[in-house]
Amino acid sequence: MNEKVKLIDENGLRVDGRKPDELRPIKMEVGVLSNADGSAYIEQGKSKILVAVYGPRELHPRHLALPDRALLRCRYHMAPFSVEERKSPAPSRREIELSKVIKEALEPAIFLERFPRTSIDVFIEVLQADGGTRCAGTTAAALALADAGIPMRDLVVACAVGKVDGVLVLDLNDIEDKEGEADVPVAYMPNLGFVSLLQMDGMLTVEEFEQALNLAIKGCKQIYKLQKEALKAKYLAIKEEVEGCLQ
Amino acid sequence: MLYFENREIVTPGELLAEGNYIAGNNTYKDGSKIYASRLGLVEYEEHVVQVIALNTVYIPSVGDQVIGKIEDVSIFGWTVDINSPYKAILRATDALNKPFKQQKDELTSFLDIGDLIFAKIIAFDRTIDPILTIKEPGLGKITQGQLIKVPPAKIPRIIGRKASMINMLKRETKCKITVGQNGIVLISGSSPEHERLAIMAIEKIVREAHTSGLTDRIAEMIRKEKGEKQ
Repeated sequence: MNEKVKLIDENGLRVDGRKPDELRPIKMEVGVLSNADGSAYIEQGKSKILVAVYGPRELHPRHLALPDRALLRCRYHMAPFSVEERKSPAPSRREIELSKVIKEALEPAIFLERFPRTSIDVFIEVLQADGGTRCAGTTAAALALADAGIPMRDLVVACAVGKVDGVLVLDLNDIEDKEGEADVPVAYMPNLGFVSLLQMDGMLTVEEFEQALNLAIKGCKQIYKLQKEALKAKYLAIKEEVEGCLQ
Repeated sequence: MLYFENREIVTPGELLAEGNYIAGNNTYKDGSKIYASRLGLVEYEEHVVQVIALNTVYIPSVGDQVIGKIEDVSIFGWTVDINSPYKAILRATDALNKPFKQQKDELTSFLDIGDLIFAKIIAFDRTIDPILTIKEPGLGKITQGQLIKVPPAKIPRIIGRKASMINMLKRETKCKITVGQNGIVLISGSSPEHERLAIMAIEKIVREAHTSGLTDRIAEMIRKEKGEKQ
């Protein structure tokens, strides 16, 4: 199957011209939706994702309420126009799985026990998909949670590593994900050094797996820098505008 | 060991200080390390490290004065929306100035759905919903003025250090300004023009809450606006 698609060229570059350990260009913005308590938008390569966060708020239906902490609910959804062939808007098996997996990746970062009997709702809407949406979605969801003023132990950053044509590569795009030999998405809390999501699809040897994990964490740390900048940018712009014009 | 300048913007999870410090608001401690738990401005004071949050939801606290809206009437009292994840309860005995008789008193004749009240929280913890009272002077039904909603995290900024901001606003705009800790502000002035000015000033405070020299800038803005009108 791999004989037809060549994912690494003779110079060792990938289909989109990146080096094996290079991320796609990333753009993040915070506070893009005024109705939501917190929101974020991320562009990672050709993937485009919008995240809205509501809460902590009153939980409906009431019987789901937890007496000792908030309930974190997460919905990962791909827009019908996000992929080339129309995707049915109904939640698919894959989307239900990703909702659960992202929820579990974010949960350890949030002080849920501060808000008993309430809910925190995260809506992740994929506008355009080109691989790595669960990771980009997690990264943006952490941004939106911080923007909503929800107390967190740390931000969560996610990044995937895969193996294509026998080479470990960082931040897979759609074709590398589909045609490659393995895909390892990792979510990471950079200040605490915790991994909160680790999945693997395909085959890697033990040594390769260790290398892959280290490469993913290296990628996460790079994205984390951009994440912090994006959070601060919203307020720094206003600060510069008003304090700058005084002088 | 401190890792930031005073009043620098920090994000959740950033290491703020290490050593013999006390973790203040919006921070948490792990061993001798203090981390931020919210997006905000870091403040180092003596031995306390705290973060002034830029955005929060309102979590009730006993003694807070809040502005709420009656949502439902039951046989023993009212449920009140106080712009918080928790619905507040106002019992008839905390609202009426006479003994409450279920058979005789029609609760909707005192407060009906949609009415606004200025109330104080007298009880709240993790297990029970907040309980309000309107039996103290200054509290009760709101009959006139304009309401504006602001993020609850900005309320301390609207009040200012030793109430400097709010006193300046009242003086300059000649409006009566009632601040609910839950992020709702009531403004009633002698003319719509004064009220408009006060609302404009509060919106500016909310937008620029994290900058320095704000009180002077707001005062200047109000004077300028008033000058143009005369």
